[in-house]
Amino acid sequence: MKLVIERRDTSSALLHFSAPMVSIVVALLFAGGLILAAGINPLDAYREILYEAVGSTYGLSETLVKATPLIFAGLGVSLAFRMQIWNIGAEGQIYMGAMGATWVALFSGLENHWLLMITMFCAAFICGGLWAGVAGVLRARWRVNEVIVTLMMNYIAILFVNYLIYGPWRDPQGFNFPLTAQFSEAARFANFFDTRLHSGFFLALFCALLLYLLMERTVWGYQIKVIGSNPQAARYAGMRTGVAIFAVLFLSGAIAGVAGLSEVAGLQYRLQHGISSGYGYTAIIIAWLARRSALGVIIVSLLMGILLVGGDSLQMLWQLPIAFVYAFQGLILFFLLGSDFFIQYRVKLIKGAQGG
Amino acid sequence: MVEILLDATVRAGTPILFATLGAILNERAGIINLGIEGLMLIGALAGFAGTFYSGSPLIGILAAFAVTFVAGSIHALITVQLRGNQIVSGLAMTMFGIGVTALFGRGMVGQTIGGLERLPIPGLSQLPIIGRPFFQQDLLIYTSFVLVFVLWFFLYRTRTGLALRTVGENPAAADTCGISVSLYRFFAVTTGAGLVGIGGAYLSLAMTPMWIENMSAGRGWIAVALVIFSGWSSGKAMFGAYLFGGITAMQLRFQAIGTDISTHILQMLPYVFTILVLVVSTIRLQKGSSQQPQGLGLPYDREDRK
Repeated sequence: MKLVIERRDTSSALLHFSAPMVSIVVALLFAGGLILAAGINPLDAYREILYEAVGSTYGLSETLVKATPLIFAGLGVSLAFRMQIWNIGAEGQIYMGAMGATWVALFSGLENHWLLMITMFCAAFICGGLWAGVAGVLRARWRVNEVIVTLMMNYIAILFVNYLIYGPWRDPQGFNFPLTAQFSEAARFANFFDTRLHSGFFLALFCALLLYLLMERTVWGYQIKVIGSNPQAARYAGMRTGVAIFAVLFLSGAIAGVAGLSEVAGLQYRLQHGISSGYGYTAIIIAWLARRSALGVIIVSLLMGILLVGGDSLQMLWQLPIAFVYAFQGLILFFLLGSDFFIQYRVKLIKGAQGG
Repeated sequence: MVEILLDATVRAGTPILFATLGAILNERAGIINLGIEGLMLIGALAGFAGTFYSGSPLIGILAAFAVTFVAGSIHALITVQLRGNQIVSGLAMTMFGIGVTALFGRGMVGQTIGGLERLPIPGLSQLPIIGRPFFQQDLLIYTSFVLVFVLWFFLYRTRTGLALRTVGENPAAADTCGISVSLYRFFAVTTGAGLVGIGGAYLSLAMTPMWIENMSAGRGWIAVALVIFSGWSSGKAMFGAYLFGGITAMQLRFQAIGTDISTHILQMLPYVFTILVLVVSTIRLQKGSSQQPQGLGLPYDREDRK
């Protein structure tokens, strides 16, 4: 008996797209073990998650609310992934987008609803984009590792927003709490069905459609893919990779920045602590699970939305820290990477074979 | 005054130094590890819990090494045996570490332990200026001094070290020479992870003897940047780690004496500085004054051999 590993000649599309789902299921089993080890019955926990997140109209609407920033950020990160660029800084870009939108909402003096909406969108888009653009310039000009730069920019962005809300932007009527004044009605998104669901969700879906068209139906989208998969060929074909790297990181950060707009204008109505509770990090796993497809980003974001809504209620019920969701996401990625091996390779048991 | 600042510098730099040395060992074998941040947290919690239950910081340190060694074997299994994407696996490790330590650290929040004691070295500890920062320290700091030398000696003066570097530079050539690429890579990753874990344990045993959720606060990422700064050499890693220790020490000093600058802005310093250091060292790298292992980040498959 001998175990032989050989490369598959063709990898099946079915395996390719079913692997993420299988990984999620296996990760659920393992996470169940962790939850059990922490002294909580995993079946109760999972029942609670499902019940809270999809068991009622309110629960469903909350799932969509949580999925909204994830779709934006997931789209942003997956755009960069297309070109083998690692944008780990969606978290900071969300904060900067929220900051830009807040600046317009509170200090621009605009009062017209649509004018405010458009200006806030542009501010969030540009702030998020420029924040990622720093890494873009450094990467394009000197090949500086964008993983570390985008990640460090997260810490800086969060500290900068803290500086604003503890200092110059603090609401004078806010009883010294670290938050800004509330936005006026004109600077808020519309809500639907008497729930917290807001226009941001539909904007996110529209954004996904636009990005799909950009990537699949334009020359620029094609160039991005070529540069990502074969930078040498791209250079020989005369594509300007440096400009493309900056543009992709800018756009990637800009879309994540719009998630910040959506959170402050659709949900919080002010800039405060925890504008994003790790959405930018969850976006990385969403982009990887979605296999870079825009539709995939929407589906995986909804699944993660369920997890976050359920996770919130587990925190309230059993004091299970919300950061536990990260452990689960880490596990999903481990299993997905592991399963990728079996998509590329075949493991065979050969009877009585001698040697290799 | 200088003594106190230097002392704070060494203490703040030590966790980063251990993490950087561990990461260097990983990358010398050709495996990128972006899971340093998560491994540090796992080490911090394991070290704290080990000390808490046994009452001995030594057991705590061993626990930190052992647990992160095992956690590191996940990254090793995925990147070496299963040839998975090293960047994603490392990010997954960071997320996993943050989450798992938050979950299992619940019972440790608010607990107290003895922590590591200072062990002055007779004679040397009385030296002016350098006595206190370098010879009135705890066991782990002395260990880190020795480790810097040991890692250099291992990599450049032993056969195993040479084999390990070959695996990182040119795995196909190493394979042809009969060196087991996967074995070397596996143990480089796991042992490196163990060192990172000791760095984490330094946070929870010596710097602030308690467990705080997410207490590594980006130090793991600073270590990842320092690997490039150090040009994959342990001596320069020591210099880099103390550079960051110095910035942290100054920042704490500023906060203590009170300035007009917001603490939030002061806290940005290490992160801004990391980016600057990274840019400068990357430019130097391109000028060829230091070189990264040629096989870094590439999974090795015998079938791809040319």
